[in-house]
Amino acid sequence: MAVQPKVPKGISYPDELSKVDYKPPEKAWMDTPVVLKPNMFCWGNKEKSLKAVDFPNARAWSVADEDWKLPENWKEIFLEGIRERLDKYRTFRLFMDICVRCGACADKCHFFIGGGDPKNMPVLRAELLRSVYRKYFTGSGKALGKLAGARELNIGVLKELWYYAYQCTECRRCSLFCPYGIDTAEVTIIARELLNLLGLNIEWIAGPVANCWRTGNHMGLLPHTLRDTVEMFKADLETITGVKVDYSFNRKGAEILFVNPSGEYFDPNGNITFMGYMLLFHELGLDVTLSTYCSEGGNFGFFTSNEMAKRLHSKVYAEAKRLKVKWILGGECGHMWRVWHQYHNTWFGPVDFLEEPVSPITGTKFENAKSNKVVHICEFTSDLIKHGKIKLDPSRNDNYIVTLHDSCNVSRGMGFFEEPRYIIKNVCNNFYEMPPNTIRENTFCCGSGSGVNASENMELRLRGALPRANALKYVREKFGVNTLANICQIDRAALQTLADYWVPGVAIRGVHELVGNALIMRGEKERTTDLRGEPLLGKEGGENV
Amino acid sequence: MSLEELLLEKKPIIVKRWFHLILKTYPADTVGFLKKQKNQFSNPVGHTISHGIEELFEELLQGMNPVKISPILDTIIRIRAVQDFSPSQAIAFIFLLKKVIREELQREGSENRISEDLSRLESRIDEMALLSFDIFMKCREKIYELKTNEMKNMTYGLLKRANLIYEIQEEEPDLKSSNIINSK
Ligand code: SF4
Ligand code: SF4
Repeated sequence: MAVQPKVPKGISYPDELSKVDYKPPEKAWMDTPVVLKPNMFCWGNKEKSLKAVDFPNARAWSVADEDWKLPENWKEIFLEGIRERLDKYRTFRLFMDICVRCGACADKCHFFIGGGDPKNMPVLRAELLRSVYRKYFTGSGKALGKLAGARELNIGVLKELWYYAYQCTECRRCSLFCPYGIDTAEVTIIARELLNLLGLNIEWIAGPVANCWRTGNHMGLLPHTLRDTVEMFKADLETITGVKVDYSFNRKGAEILFVNPSGEYFDPNGNITFMGYMLLFHELGLDVTLSTYCSEGGNFGFFTSNEMAKRLHSKVYAEAKRLKVKWILGGECGHMWRVWHQYHNTWFGPVDFLEEPVSPITGTKFENAKSNKVVHICEFTSDLIKHGKIKLDPSRNDNYIVTLHDSCNVSRGMGFFEEPRYIIKNVCNNFYEMPPNTIRENTFCCGSGSGVNASENMELRLRGALPRANALKYVREKFGVNTLANICQIDRAALQTLADYWVPGVAIRGVHELVGNALIMRGEKERTTDLRGEPLLGKEGGENV
Repeated sequence: MSLEELLLEKKPIIVKRWFHLILKTYPADTVGFLKKQKNQFSNPVGHTISHGIEELFEELLQGMNPVKISPILDTIIRIRAVQDFSPSQAIAFIFLLKKVIREELQREGSENRISEDLSRLESRIDEMALLSFDIFMKCREKIYELKTNEMKNMTYGLLKRANLIYEIQEEEPDLKSSNIINSK
C-alpha cells in the first residue's frame, strides 16, 4: 500500500489531480473489446458503389449502427472465404502458420509508433485474423481454444477485423523486419477481401472502384472533363512559359500510351505534376497519347480484392491494344506500380502485343520492362538527363530546399530508390536526405495509403503520419527544408494536410513539377514564376506577377 | 539550498520518474517500446516526451515563462491530441510532476522545510496545465480545420466540374453517432 506523504498545511495534496483516470485497463488483447472511434474509421460503402461492380451484400448500412445488415449466414461465408484462400494462396497459409510471435515487427508500424494502440502492432494486427484461423482450421485451436490463441468468430470480432484492416496502409514496412518474411500487408489484403464478401468496405475505396469501372478513373471524370482540364493546363502553361504545348487523347497509332493517376487531373497539387509531364513531352516532341478510357493508373480495386484489381488493371492493356501503341509510360503514382510490379505478371504473364520499350530520344532499351512493356516516368526522365538530352536550369527551383519521401509502393515495393533522387539533384540545387532509418526501404508511410486517405479518419491519418513527419521536422530544423518531393499522387493529396499539422511550412511537390520548373524549352519566354505562378527567387518584382 | 537548487540536483531522477508515470498513460503493451527504443526516429513519441519534459522541468525551475514553455508543451500535446485520450487525460501528465516532486521531497524528508517554495512551484505547474489546455484546444481545432478544408476542397473541386462529371459524391451519414462502442 502506498504511504501518503506528509503534506504541509495549507496545501492540498496534489494526488487529487493526478487521480485523473489516466491508466488504460491492463487486459490481454483478446479481452479488450473493440471500440470504434470516430475520426479513426472511414465511412462505410454505399449500396450503389457495390452494385456497380456486382459485389455481394450491397445495401445501405452505416458503421455507426449496431446492425451492419449482414447476411444471415455471414459466418459461414467468412469462414468459407478463409478456407478458399488457404487453398489458393500458399503465402496466406504460411503467414497464418509460421509466425513465432517474436515481436520483431511489433514496433515497426507507423500507426503503432504514432498512436500507441497495441492492436496496430503488425503481429497483433495479423493475430486478429490468425486467432479465427486457429479456431476453425487447426487442431490445437479447435481443442484448446484461447490457450492456443484461438477465438470464436462473432460480430465483435468481425467489427474488430474491419476496424483494423482499414488501419493498415499495406505499406509492408513490418515485413522488412520479419525473420520469416511474413508480410502483414498481405494479411490485411486477405482480411479486406474476406470483409468484401460481406459487403464491408469503405466508401472512400468502393466509390472510386465503381467510378473507375464505369468511367475509367477513380474520380468519375468524363472524357470531355478530362479534355477541358488539360486544355486549362495548356492555357496556364502558355501564360507561364510562353510555349503552346501539344497533347492528344485517344490517338491511334501513337508510339506511347501515357497512364497516370487521375488525381493529377483533379487535385491542385497533382495538377502541377501533370503540367510538368506536359512540358517535358512537348519539349521532346514525344509521340505520346493520353486516354480517356484508361484515365487511371491507380487501382483502388487492389484495396478490395485480387479479382477487382485485375478487372481494373486489364483496361490499361485493352486500351494499349486498341490504340496500337508500342509501349506504355507510367506517371508518378504509388500503388499503380506495386500492381504492375508484383501482380501484373501473375495475372497476365508477358504482354505479347506490345514492343519492348525503347526511348525514342536516347535509344535506351528498358530491359527491365521486357515483360510488362511499361516504363516509369522517372526511369524515362533520368535516362534523358543521363544522356544530356534536356536542358535544365536548377536555379528556377531555388525557392525550394528539398527532401524526398520514398513512397512505400515504389521504394519498398519495387526497389526504386535512385531515379527520383538523381532527377531531383539535377533539377534542384538544394537537396537533403531525411535520416537513413526513415528513407529508402525503411521509409515511413504517409499514413494515408491503401485507400484510407479520406478526411473523416483524420486522427488515424495524423497518427500514421507522425513518424514520417518527425523525420521531416528534423531536416526542416537542421537544413531549413521547406519542400517534400515525392512520386505518388496519394502523397501529394494527403501529405500536405498532415504536414500542416505536424510540420507547418513544408510544401508537398511532385518530382515532375520540379522538372517542369527547371526545364529550359525552345521558344520559351524568360520565366519569372514557377509552374504555380509563384515568383522565382530573385524575380520577386517580375513583370509576370 | 533553495528548493530550485535542490530540485535541479535531483533533475535526472525526477524527470525519469515523471517520464515513467507518463508512459503509464499508454496501454501496458505499448509502454516497453516507448521506454526502451532510444532512436528518436524509430520512437518519436517516447523521444519527444522524454526530451520535452526535461526541458519543461528546467524551464519550470527558472520561473514560468510562457513564451519559452508553450512551444515545448506543444510538441508533447500535439501528439497526445491525436492519441486515444480524453482532453483531461491528454494533459494530466502535467500534474504527475507534482506527485513526483512531492514524493521525491518526502524521501528527503524536506517537504516541510520548503513548503512555501513548494506551493509557489506548484502554482507554476498549475499555470503550465492551463497553458496546456489552450494548446490542446488549438491542436483539436486545427484537426477539425484540416478535416473541413479537405472536405471543402473536394466538394469545391467537384462543384467546379458539376456539370461535367459523372456524379457528385455527397457526404456521408456515419458521423451521426459520436461514439460507438461494440462490446461484442
Ligand atoms: S503493412 Fe504497414 S501499415 Fe500494415 S501493419 Fe505493416 S507496417 Fe503497419
Ligand atoms: S516478425 Fe514475423 S515472426 Fe516475428 S512476430 Fe512479426 S510476423 Fe511474427
